[in-house]
Amino acid sequence: MDNFTFGVTMMVCGMGGTILTLYIMSLIMTLLGKLFPFKKEEEEE
Amino acid sequence: MEQAILSGLQGLINGFLHLDWRSIIMLLVGFALLWLGIKKDCEPLLLVPIGFGCILVNIPIADLMGKEGFLRVIYDMGVSNELFPLLIFVGIGAMTDFGPVLSNPSTFLLGAAGQFGIFLTLALALALGFPQLDAVSIGIIGACDGPTAIYVSSQYAPHLLGAVSVAAYSYMSLVPVIQPPIMRLLTTDNERNTIMPSMKGTVSKTTKLLFPLVITVIGGLIAPKGLPLLGTIMLGNLMRESGVVARLTRASENEIANIVTLFLGLSIGATMVGSDFLRPQTLIVLCLGFLAICLDTACGVLLGKAMRVASGGRINPLIGAAGISAFPMSARVVQKEGQKYNKRSYLLMHAMGANAGGQVGSVIAAAVMLSVLAGMGIIR
Repeated sequence: MDNFTFGVTMMVCGMGGTILTLYIMSLIMTLLGKLFPFKKEEEEE
Repeated sequence: MEQAILSGLQGLINGFLHLDWRSIIMLLVGFALLWLGIKKDCEPLLLVPIGFGCILVNIPIADLMGKEGFLRVIYDMGVSNELFPLLIFVGIGAMTDFGPVLSNPSTFLLGAAGQFGIFLTLALALALGFPQLDAVSIGIIGACDGPTAIYVSSQYAPHLLGAVSVAAYSYMSLVPVIQPPIMRLLTTDNERNTIMPSMKGTVSKTTKLLFPLVITVIGGLIAPKGLPLLGTIMLGNLMRESGVVARLTRASENEIANIVTLFLGLSIGATMVGSDFLRPQTLIVLCLGFLAICLDTACGVLLGKAMRVASGGRINPLIGAAGISAFPMSARVVQKEGQKYNKRSYLLMHAMGANAGGQVGSVIAAAVMLSVLAGMGIIR
């Protein structure tokens, strides 16, 4: 594979893959926060 | 008899006779690293053993990186097989509180933008004629994450390990010097003056417990080649948040991390042999590493600006600079810069969220990169 193709593939898949993965994770974290909200009792514990 | 005495004396001066200019320069480099660590307090936990390892390996005849040398034994024990960086990650996971990023999950995205320097630098290294896997190892300096940089370069470009590691750790300690000018350059007074609302709500224990498990499974499925990195940091975090294995958590963040840091530092120093290290290539690697961290900061701030527009002006783009992995140093830099422009601006917790996102982001970026490389058939 030539360097140009390699570089472009790494930029597109690497940057795109990183932002997509973290975006999915942020959605899951938001969902978890909604499913298991913080309760007052936890603060007292 | 006389011959025997002369031969004996010869044995005592052999070291001096074999001292060439490369060894002398590398001894000076070792002393400079020790000076940075001891006198300037730049990442002393790493730079002191690295500097001393560099001195040890450049003393001729001793051959400490030879087949039976003790530095070779340590290197083979944990660097060539990538065990040491992974053990460090367990400790990092055990030390890190992901609460701020869980309170505001959108800051995860800043952690992604803070890794773009990796890929931009990789492209630049390719343009400068570096082989593909060398370019990958140079780009990874932009993760601003020592163990990740060591993990990747020890596997795919071991001849660059010394330069990459020294660059990663030195620039990490220079974050307070490198980041502020870039933050000022890319933001307006109005943007820097933005006061962000204090973070509402706290994260439940269940969410904190599920976080490492979910990230491990999802991240592992998306980027299986990086699972060792992701899995170890999340194992440490799970132990921390579960609260039931306090002894293991303490051991991971103290004893294990300390012992491994010593061995890791010595092994990295041991790769800095004059004949391999003193090349124009090393200087280029150091320059590209610097550029990578500048680009990370710039991309983070630029995404912060985009998020500010999308949020109707509620986000201070300075927090984007904290989307790198230098935790919590980068968040403190953001807080300090924010207060310079507006004394009522408290960005620390928001920046901590971005910074924790950067910590996960750097691991994810490396994992994604390795999986893309495996997908292309460049690595197995």
